[in-house]
Amino acid sequence: MLETPGAVLPLNYWPVMVYGLIAIAFGIVTITIGYFFRPSKPSQSKLSPYECGCPPVGDARERFSVKFYIIAMLFVLFDLETVFMFPWAIDFKALGAFGFYEMLVFIFILMVGYVYAWKKGALDWD
Amino acid sequence: MLLQTGFIYFATVIVVCALMVITRKNPVHSVLFMLPLFFHVAGIFIMLNAEFVAAVQVLVYAGAIMVLFLFVVMLLNIQKERVRPRVGLKWTFTAPLGLTLFGFLVAILVRSQYNGTQGSFTIEAVKQIGNSQAIGQVLYTDFLFPFEVASVILLVAMVGAIVLAKKRLD
Repeated sequence: MLETPGAVLPLNYWPVMVYGLIAIAFGIVTITIGYFFRPSKPSQSKLSPYECGCPPVGDARERFSVKFYIIAMLFVLFDLETVFMFPWAIDFKALGAFGFYEMLVFIFILMVGYVYAWKKGALDWD
Repeated sequence: MLLQTGFIYFATVIVVCALMVITRKNPVHSVLFMLPLFFHVAGIFIMLNAEFVAAVQVLVYAGAIMVLFLFVVMLLNIQKERVRPRVGLKWTFTAPLGLTLFGFLVAILVRSQYNGTQGSFTIEAVKQIGNSQAIGQVLYTDFLFPFEVASVILLVAMVGAIVLAKKRLD
């Protein structure tokens, strides 16, 4: 019989699925129960976004500054750098000195980008 | 049986979510439909016994890429984007392009040969040494060059993002 990779189900992951289902069910159940029991008397001021604050001005769906985008992009890239470090850290002893130096090269190349971002002022907010 | 049911469930949700992403008028809704999509892709990876890839899928895609997409959407003028129909936009140009790509994928699928030969990393072997350990053993030895190239690609992305975004600011 030809064995495909999925033929052996990782059944030790089923609690994760159960957990996800319980989380979704909890959200649905609590909101539904609340819907049946809460009094519903909507008014103009109650439905406004900030019920007890200043009257809202303009629209919440405004355009954001591009500064957020730079921060998010840098976050994603350094996040990926960390992802590469996880299997390396686990295999650190098996890989030996060679593994250490190849990761140094990897980090050095990304450090160039980090220094570039710093010098360009991409990390400054103003 | 369990395997087929699981795969059909994950695949259906992925396809439905993907269709929702490209047909929603509000870009924010499109991005939010990507979230269940990413989680179900992670589910398919789990079913393939690729635990590390599944974890990375959730961490990077559902965590980081999603945020990036939301930021990009918020850079747009949503009120203006909302009234523009998603399907039917330059249809005569995009449809042949998409169909050609689809044809390529089908051709690859049909021409590929599945003879069932296995490498040294079978499911049993991977389970023996551990999923992340197996990836580390191969990635940092046999695939050393692609690994270092990955850092250069990340550097290019970093510099590109800063150049594109900073030019607007200054």
